[in-house]
Amino acid sequence: MNINITLVAQILAFTILVWLVSKYLWTPLSALMEARRQKIADGLSASERGKHELKLAQERSTELLRETKEKANDIIAQANARSNQILEDARVNAKAEAERIVAQASAEIDREVNRAKDVLRTQVSAIAVTGAERILKREVTTKDHEAALADLIAHI
Amino acid sequence: MAAENTGGSSVEYIQHHLANLSVGHGFWQLNIDSLIFSFLLGGVILFVAMKIGQNLRTETPGRFQNAVEGVLEFVDNQVKDSFGSKAPALIAPLALTILVWVWLMNFMDLLPIDLLPAIAHGLGIPHLKIVPTTDLNTPLAMALVVFALTIYYNLKVKGIGGYIKMFLFHPFGKFFIPVNVVMTLIEELAKPISLGLRLFGNMFAGELVFMLIALLTLGASIGAGLLIWFPLQVVLDVAWLIFHILVITLQAFIFMVLTIVYLGMAHIENDAH
Repeated sequence: MNINITLVAQILAFTILVWLVSKYLWTPLSALMEARRQKIADGLSASERGKHELKLAQERSTELLRETKEKANDIIAQANARSNQILEDARVNAKAEAERIVAQASAEIDREVNRAKDVLRTQVSAIAVTGAERILKREVTTKDHEAALADLIAHI
Repeated sequence: MAAENTGGSSVEYIQHHLANLSVGHGFWQLNIDSLIFSFLLGGVILFVAMKIGQNLRTETPGRFQNAVEGVLEFVDNQVKDSFGSKAPALIAPLALTILVWVWLMNFMDLLPIDLLPAIAHGLGIPHLKIVPTTDLNTPLAMALVVFALTIYYNLKVKGIGGYIKMFLFHPFGKFFIPVNVVMTLIEELAKPISLGLRLFGNMFAGELVFMLIALLTLGASIGAGLLIWFPLQVVLDVAWLIFHILVITLQAFIFMVLTIVYLGMAHIENDAH
């Protein structure tokens, strides 16, 4: 257990061993572990990025869906307004048409009434002339006759 | 202890186990067994490194690569705890080498104490000490390398002036310069010495206990005495073995952590004081 030349030999051996371990074990293995750490870090950040993108896409799709719904609602509202408009127009048209028909009918009626009145008047005047002839038992001159008729017609 | 066991043979047994296989004398004595086993175990580390290096996979690491990566990460965390992220590239491989090499050398202590020396004896080799860390030269060699690196990094980080300043004005300020020099010198020298001696002492003592346990039945003849001593030996041996698994791991870990701490201290600027 005394110190001797073995010490020097062991110093050399130790130094060489440290150098060899450093070269053949530590350097490659720690480089590999570092590469793996880097890879894992990259993978994690990529997955994080993917998650973020997924979230964005989801937000975008939700937004799109919302917009589409709004648009559809707009279209439905427009269609409703349009149909109401059409109905309203139809109602107005129908009313006008009805009024027109009614007016036509009442004009027709008026015309008929006037014609009837005219007929009636002529007949009544004829009856009146006949009556008057009978009462007077004489022939009235044409002139008188016409005057009397005009007078009568004016009275009726 | 068995009656057949004379004190003389016990001492002889222990002394035999404490002697290295060596060539040369005095300072020029070279402990071949320490060298062979430490080289072998260093070779094991390098073999594993090559084996893994041939088949490195980022995506699907094998079980073995995983285990090595675990050790590597553990060491790296220790270094980062001490240095932050600015550790020189040398520190972590150094710490890893210390941890694994010291652990493997310590592990030789768990092999049956007489197994390899008996085989060696059969092959005509007179002495064999299979645990390189029980040879003071090995722990001290590592401690001295760490010490040299401490000085190197001290000079690099603090500069020559800064390093000298550390000796002059630390720990008591500028009015106690002679005291400071002595104190800092002792402090700095105590680091490698304690680092080496701690590992050596623990492993040496651990091996000695194994020897003492082995002595319980050494040279005992078949008889009633053996019925008592043999079970006791087995129980003690297993207990010490299990405890020693903890010790060898702990000592390897302590050596590594102290290395990191000493080198970390070398990186602290003087202004901190």
